[in-house]
Amino acid sequence: MPCEVEFEDVTKRFPGAARPALDHVSLKVEAGEFVTVLGTSGCGKTTMIKCVNRLVEPDSGTIRVEGEDVSAADPARLRQHIGYVIQKVGLFPHMTVGENVATVPRVLKWDKERIQARVDELLALVNLDPKEFAGRYPSQLSGGQQQRVGLARALAADPSLLLMDEPFGAIDAINREALQDELLRIHQGSRKTILFVTHDINEALKLGTRVLVMDAGRVQQFDTPKEICEHPATDFVRSLLRSGEFRLRSAYVEPGEGI
Amino acid sequence: MGAYLEFWSEHAEKFLDPLAEHLQIVGVTLLISVALAAVVSVALLRHPRAKGVVLQLLSAVYAIPSLALFAVLIPVTGLGESTAVLVLVAYNQYLLVRNIVTGIDGVDPSVVEAARGMGMSDARILREVQVPLALPLIMAGLRLAVISTIGIATIAATINAGGLGTVLFDGLRTLNSYKIVGGTLECALLAIVANAALRLLESAVTRRVVR
Repeated sequence: MPCEVEFEDVTKRFPGAARPALDHVSLKVEAGEFVTVLGTSGCGKTTMIKCVNRLVEPDSGTIRVEGEDVSAADPARLRQHIGYVIQKVGLFPHMTVGENVATVPRVLKWDKERIQARVDELLALVNLDPKEFAGRYPSQLSGGQQQRVGLARALAADPSLLLMDEPFGAIDAINREALQDELLRIHQGSRKTILFVTHDINEALKLGTRVLVMDAGRVQQFDTPKEICEHPATDFVRSLLRSGEFRLRSAYVEPGEGI
Repeated sequence: MGAYLEFWSEHAEKFLDPLAEHLQIVGVTLLISVALAAVVSVALLRHPRAKGVVLQLLSAVYAIPSLALFAVLIPVTGLGESTAVLVLVAYNQYLLVRNIVTGIDGVDPSVVEAARGMGMSDARILREVQVPLALPLIMAGLRLAVISTIGIATIAATINAGGLGTVLFDGLRTLNSYKIVGGTLECALLAIVANAALRLLESAVTRRVVR
């Protein structure tokens, strides 16, 4: 059930914006790929994934999920089958962790036992003990734990496509590493198609089977991490790589080593 | 003091019948007010651009002194309870709609985005996410509305709508201090009891929401 995503000449310009957020974007994501969408803020990467679940409607062009034109689908039903994780998590503060994770199954009218079993399974998947966490409220969790719940909630109805908008952007470095590793494990175990937006080049290169580099609403390069590092296609990609290298190198500077 | 108690117990029906009328006016007013405010608020959420104008309009109505509003409406809707209820409902709209709309606008946008992104319908988001999270403010608005309705409803006696105002105005006209004091105590007690009850309800609701 892995699922492919295709953009065909998609353009979106927000009212009052000087230039389009998406400028004739065409690309194809194969089923089961983990694509990281990399770019600076305002480059159109968030707009791009929001077009997939129709939180944003493009001005022109076509987006197909599993070969079906999304503009022909009912937005609510479309979204029920696409996982969606955002940086601010957006957990429902008045519902327990268990109730949060059960959101989509409840909308889909699963029966109680099935929902219960699924909630336990998902919390275990994201390394939260169901017995300990299912009854807690979001405000009783750390930022990293909240995003684990956000991920479990997005996976609840077992969507074959997962959209993630800088999900780990607000999480400290150590927890971010752990979450990245778990996401890789989940991807390898399920072969879901993932579109993952980030502005962190190291994260993009670590997670992506392919990396989509965007700037000013245009695709700069869409290739494997190896190709991007060895053969950057544009000056923009080169300057992104330089910024990433600097941070990688500076992380290994020993005290007293100097620069 | 003894004389007061004696008068009140001898003429209990002169105090209890108006209290019953008063409760009836307040009850009917609140039922209509809440239903209407819900409809107006949902309309404003659908058409956010109308929000500013409508809230301005409701606050303007709220600023009209009640006696003046009663007087203006007498030629149109006549004397009696229905005119009183109409005026009281109009006043409540500002308190209720303002708090409902402000409460729902105050819900964290990322929570609403997540809900929409998971495929919840607008109606479901309103019912399961926005209203529960706005409940503390909505309840505060309701409490204000109840208290102000109990107070303003006394003035409705001037247009023959009955209620505790009749006790007060009768007392004033005949300089009967038993009635003035008794009616005042009734009004005050009613407001205090209603306020306390709604506060309890409010904190029960809020405890569930804000954790």
